[in-house]
Amino acid sequence: MLENYLPVLVFLAIGLMVGIGPIFLGGYLLAPHKPDAAKNSPFECGFEAFEDSRMKFDVRYYLVAILFIIFDLEIAFLFPWAIVLDEIGMFGLIAMGIFLGILVIGFVYEWKKGALEWE
Amino acid sequence: MMIEFIPDWLIVFWNWFPVDIQTVLIILGKIVLILLPLLLSVAYVTYAERKVIGAMQVRIGPNRVGFFGFRLWGLGQPIADTLKLMMKEVVLPTKANKFLFLTAPVLSIAPALAAWAVIPFDRGMALTEINAGLLYVLALTSIGVYGVIIAGWASNSKYAMLSALRAGAQIVAYEIAMGFALVGVLMASGSLNLGDIVEAQAGGFENWFAWPLLPLFFVYFISGVAETNRAPFDVAEGESEIVAGFHVEYSGMAFAIFFLAEYANIILISALTSLMFLGGWLSPFENAAFAQGTFLAETSLLWFVGKISFFIFVFFWLRATFPRYRYDQIMRLGWKVFIPVTIVWLVVEAVMFVAKVGPWAV
Repeated sequence: MLENYLPVLVFLAIGLMVGIGPIFLGGYLLAPHKPDAAKNSPFECGFEAFEDSRMKFDVRYYLVAILFIIFDLEIAFLFPWAIVLDEIGMFGLIAMGIFLGILVIGFVYEWKKGALEWE
Repeated sequence: MMIEFIPDWLIVFWNWFPVDIQTVLIILGKIVLILLPLLLSVAYVTYAERKVIGAMQVRIGPNRVGFFGFRLWGLGQPIADTLKLMMKEVVLPTKANKFLFLTAPVLSIAPALAAWAVIPFDRGMALTEINAGLLYVLALTSIGVYGVIIAGWASNSKYAMLSALRAGAQIVAYEIAMGFALVGVLMASGSLNLGDIVEAQAGGFENWFAWPLLPLFFVYFISGVAETNRAPFDVAEGESEIVAGFHVEYSGMAFAIFFLAEYANIILISALTSLMFLGGWLSPFENAAFAQGTFLAETSLLWFVGKISFFIFVFFWLRATFPRYRYDQIMRLGWKVFIPVTIVWLVVEAVMFVAKVGPWAV
């Protein structure tokens, strides 16, 4: 059972290596390394960067992240439900109907409140 | 058997390893067999893209770089590009967070490659057939967004930061629609195992999930395009506004890794779409009278590759055809069109499934 997951683990390690390997091989062995102040400054169309770029950002990005968590959890609930729907039949359908209904009410509310508006 | 062609000393050498090491070595061998063709395809998908879009815009596309003095329609281009990028300096910006800056490309390529561990290429031909296959793929494709956000934040550049915010919100929004579309597939197949999902579509093209789940099929593929930040959803790297987006500070090999990850993700999304909606390695003419007894009726790797190639072509086609969406339009499409459509279709499907009507009449 668990040994089926060993190849996955090995593949993950190889995947990381495919990322790390070339960066160090290409970046440090083959390529030149001649830093200077202008080259290492952040790109801003040729101007000097005039303030820190870790600036305030729009609250809507935060809102999207919050909504994402709610919906993603919803999907996590739907996955096992969808698989066994054949066995749980009508009861499962009604139970998930109530659950999905509550979520849809929340979705309609946030829609009407304008949380999904980007002007 | 092949065994007879292997010299004795090699077998002795092989048996000298402990059994555990042998298992790991076999796994490593299989991974190389998957990874090498995959990386080669990634390289040549970039070439194919330039050729296809060139043809669509009545240009020639790359046709100069060949091998040993022969031009060969420019087939040497991807290799020349890779070599060039290898010889370029990896610039580390002074204000950047160095460790995260170098972690980001690794975080975007590793999941794009590791997801192939559970993709079946033919009946029983997968590195490993795990029961949570689809869940694993969904988890890994979700990790991709970290690469983008970390790259944008660690660069400490305004363009990169803006792009990371946009890309993060966009990927996350389309991931919900994608997840809902997957739920529809799970309901229809009753399994998370990718091999079983394909087998549930056996019996010719009329049994493919693409027909009963047509809205989910479209939503899934279009969300896939948005997930990979491809045109027409490429505001994350919209050249005319924010230069190159989250990888504006990356150069040389660090940039190349992002580039590889993007194309590996395109191939992955194409493969998943064909596995879940177009019957993967199954032949479309399994029960057709004219195909009986010929290779056309058999399941094979070729069907799978053909379907993947078709979807990759659609990626290029979209890029050559559509102008870029505005950001508010992207968010509106994701939240106000795709999510309601998928929820409605899930309810319709579930009711039909429990009532055993339509495609789910047993």
